[in-house]
Amino acid sequence: MNSDIKPVYLDADKCNGCVSCMKRCPTEAIRVREGKATVMYERCVGCGECVKVCPTHAKKESCDGLGSLKDFKYTVALACPSIYAQFNHLDNLDYVLNGIKKLGFDDVYDVGNASKKVSAATMQYIKRAETVKPIISSSCPAVLNLIRMRYEHLLDHLSPMKQPEEVAAEEAANEAVVKTGLKREEIGIFLITHCAANLLNKHDPHNEIDRFVSFKEIYFPLLSEMNRLKKSELEPLSKCDAIGVSWGSSTGESMGLGTKNFVVADGIENVMTVLNELEHEKLGDIDFLELNACTQGCIGGSMNIENPFLARTRLRLFREKLPLGDFEISDGYEKLARSEPYTGLESAYRLSENRKEAMQRMISMKRIYAALPHINCGDCGAPTCMAFAEDVVKGLDVKCKYAFKEKKP
Amino acid sequence: MASGESIKLRYDVDGRDFVTCGQASEDVKRTLKSIGIPSASIRRVSIAMYEGEINMVIHGGGGVAEVEIFDDEIKIVLADTGKGIADIDKAMQEGFSTATDDIRELGFGAGMGLPNMKKYSDEFRIESRVGVGTTVTMTIKF
Repeated sequence: MNSDIKPVYLDADKCNGCVSCMKRCPTEAIRVREGKATVMYERCVGCGECVKVCPTHAKKESCDGLGSLKDFKYTVALACPSIYAQFNHLDNLDYVLNGIKKLGFDDVYDVGNASKKVSAATMQYIKRAETVKPIISSSCPAVLNLIRMRYEHLLDHLSPMKQPEEVAAEEAANEAVVKTGLKREEIGIFLITHCAANLLNKHDPHNEIDRFVSFKEIYFPLLSEMNRLKKSELEPLSKCDAIGVSWGSSTGESMGLGTKNFVVADGIENVMTVLNELEHEKLGDIDFLELNACTQGCIGGSMNIENPFLARTRLRLFREKLPLGDFEISDGYEKLARSEPYTGLESAYRLSENRKEAMQRMISMKRIYAALPHINCGDCGAPTCMAFAEDVVKGLDVKCKYAFKEKKP
Repeated sequence: MASGESIKLRYDVDGRDFVTCGQASEDVKRTLKSIGIPSASIRRVSIAMYEGEINMVIHGGGGVAEVEIFDDEIKIVLADTGKGIADIDKAMQEGFSTATDDIRELGFGAGMGLPNMKKYSDEFRIESRVGVGTTVTMTIKF
């Protein structure tokens, strides 16, 4: 990604310079320099693995707080289906949305309503003869960035559909303008998020989300508001049907497509194994690939509270209670599709933009690598010996304490 | 014609090891990305080389993959010392396979390996002697 986009940041006082995040990062975007973890943001897909694995909680998502409510005259919160899975003994989804409203919002939009529309649009898109299959879901922003960065040649498989939160933001903004008569810039669209990769949307010129609020930060105040609510005073805000609510966990998106011929993978390492299969044309006759960077899907995001496995059960129980909504959309799928296709971002891994120079560097890199111990200890501040060799040819001042030492006879 | 300095890579491919199979093509893919080869060319290399590796594992009892990357093309030589191919013309036909049932069970053996390798290469050569082994040489231009 553009290196100005920072979905995560480091609380440097808390970072003890261990190698946990650097080792876990699926795109080798982290180095430990002078005892602190640093992110090469041009390689960051926003998966949030570093946040989840950090033993001292030094890695954090770059969210806005509720304090930014005052930046706007009218505010709408967008609530994703995964939020419903965070509470024990919840029997009515409106408790959550009404509780969020009480935190200071003028309105709340149920993203599950947008999710079911994206499902219906994708269903149309699958049926087109010219669609490149399998279609790869574009709904997980971390996977989307991973493909742009590491699997550029699979871009034609990416679903052109917008992410449900993008659709929700557009609809919420339009509705608010009509309802209030205010100017767009006076209206604040706030995404209550559980997902570090969502934060990459901040810099998308088409993005209508104005602020991102971490779910885990509002959890306790929200719980208090929900406990104070009486059933009789609940405003009917939830528009989730069985499909919409299912989107919170993996397999949910695929269930609403009218095909059984789908493959689901969650956990970013697992996602990469499936993409490798697709790359080798080994997937056969599959219509749809649902790939989620987090274990169990969105409920596995780093800003959730509940264990993702328990959360999944809760969503399943809601799904069984909710009706099935409309499977058709009145307009064509194009209405929910992005106007421009996604572009590749593989240049983040190039040794040089000049091919001959890149080749020279690669030759040096392989030579340096040959002299390294291949133990991937991380002591040098790079995740692997190969990454260290890469850092050396890029001219960084790094040292391997084991390199070039002759073995004793 | 390729000229100038080249990147030489060499991989040992283990026979009957499906778990590590594909590591050589994965490493080649990463190398090509690092030097800025267009993604469409990388895809062709990746598929052709992966199919070749699979063949070495299924039929060849393993062998050696030697790769040389120039600034305008890649040359891949896959050499095994397996049982060899009696009828190369037949082996090149789509859908023809001598893979055993247990290998088909794993999802391989569709008879598309060699045809795909030829399809994705600009130059393709196969030499084989029964009881001695098979060598496939592929050149793919960027």
